[in-house]
Amino acid sequence: MRIKNHPILEFKKQSTINFTFDGKSVEGVSGDTIASALHNLGIRKLSHSIKDKRARGFYCAIGNCASCNMIVDGVPNVRTCVVLLEEGMAVETQENKGVLYERT
Amino acid sequence: MRELDLVIIGGGPAGLSAAKIAAESGLNSLIIERDYKVGGQLVKQTHMFFGSEKQYAKTRGIDIAKILVNDVLAYPDKVEIMTETTVVGLYKDNVLTLLQKEKYIKIKAKAIIIATGASEKFLAFENNDLPGIYGAGAVQTLMNVHGVLPSEEVVMVGSGNIGLIVSYQLIQAGVKVKAVLEAAPTIGGYKVHASKLKRLGVDILTSTSVKRAEGKDTLEKIIIAKLDKNWDYIPGTEEEIIVDALCISVGLSPLTSLLSMVEADMKFVNYLGGLVPVINHQHETSIKNIFVAGDVCGVEEASSAIVEGYFSGLIVAERLGYKHPNHEELYQDFEAQLENLRSGPFGEKTRLGLKELRGENNAE
Repeated sequence: MRIKNHPILEFKKQSTINFTFDGKSVEGVSGDTIASALHNLGIRKLSHSIKDKRARGFYCAIGNCASCNMIVDGVPNVRTCVVLLEEGMAVETQENKGVLYERT
Repeated sequence: MRELDLVIIGGGPAGLSAAKIAAESGLNSLIIERDYKVGGQLVKQTHMFFGSEKQYAKTRGIDIAKILVNDVLAYPDKVEIMTETTVVGLYKDNVLTLLQKEKYIKIKAKAIIIATGASEKFLAFENNDLPGIYGAGAVQTLMNVHGVLPSEEVVMVGSGNIGLIVSYQLIQAGVKVKAVLEAAPTIGGYKVHASKLKRLGVDILTSTSVKRAEGKDTLEKIIIAKLDKNWDYIPGTEEEIIVDALCISVGLSPLTSLLSMVEADMKFVNYLGGLVPVINHQHETSIKNIFVAGDVCGVEEASSAIVEGYFSGLIVAERLGYKHPNHEELYQDFEAQLENLRSGPFGEKTRLGLKELRGENNAE
């Protein structure tokens, strides 16, 4: 849900950014972090606790709590609250601690 | 390995202000910031600040951020900024290791100012890890920076200034604030902020806290309960609130992990937000040439962080042989500004905290 009218701030219409979430094509806008784009789409479960697989979401928004870590373009443990969304990003839910990946 | 004069960790109000004064003195600095932009938490503060003109009182936080960033950008040859870069290691010989995206970088600095700020405290209750439970500041970022609403309705936990201000800003953004819960018997923040909310029909429930959250994968409802004098839940007072977003605003703790890496002397001072570095009057830690400024050495307002940043920038510049032309005058001015900001009833916590940190209040 995006803010339309605000008494102090002005949110100008931004250009669309296409990316994928768990393989599905979705959209965000320029200026979004990965987490804000997902939040706008109503996707609030971003990660899991390692042992009990409990759902985890956006908590601190300053890159500190690790609760929004996801796999982005194959790279695990990306703090999606402080990384800007880019065209064509492949964002995936992370189910484990993150595994070593091949650089392509 | 790159060798630099001054490295400033954190591009918030304290870090930016330190870089400005260092640049004015002729000292080069590098600011390292883990977010994709500098400005710290001011970039989401749509309200006007208190204090005096020197710390931009009556100016909105978002505009103060612009001023501080522009102050630094005015010195492109003197201040370098690295964003999306996290300091992952700090060593006693002033070596820092950084992670910039996937690049690992090692640098050495003659002096370091740690201005990492603070993070929001968490609250213990059943199912407190459900998505939909946020730090109040995180929600403020989501809506005021990115223009995204957390949900249609929220409940706020904590009636300190952040809880009250963010509640008001949620309403400005079009969100219904169902209630503000306060565990203490009285409202924590300024009366002016609380009155604004009350006029808008928001209930501030004192001696009340959240007992349990419920929901499958995301928050669906919360159970609140009254607290007695000992902060224990009173049986039989539970009430259910259907809500899919809960904001936690129960204070901040200084982000001091880098200081632990160099084994700087630390002390637990509750008034300052928790574990803080032991510092001398010059804001230098027990490790020579490692300084601190802003919330990392005691949680206060952004206005204090700005002045502490100026102050530490001034000190470090002199230490490294770049004494500011107006050093003495500025030194006294910054000291006076800090004293002024900490005067009055709302500065009491900081005053007591600093006394405790210096070991001065054993008699009290």
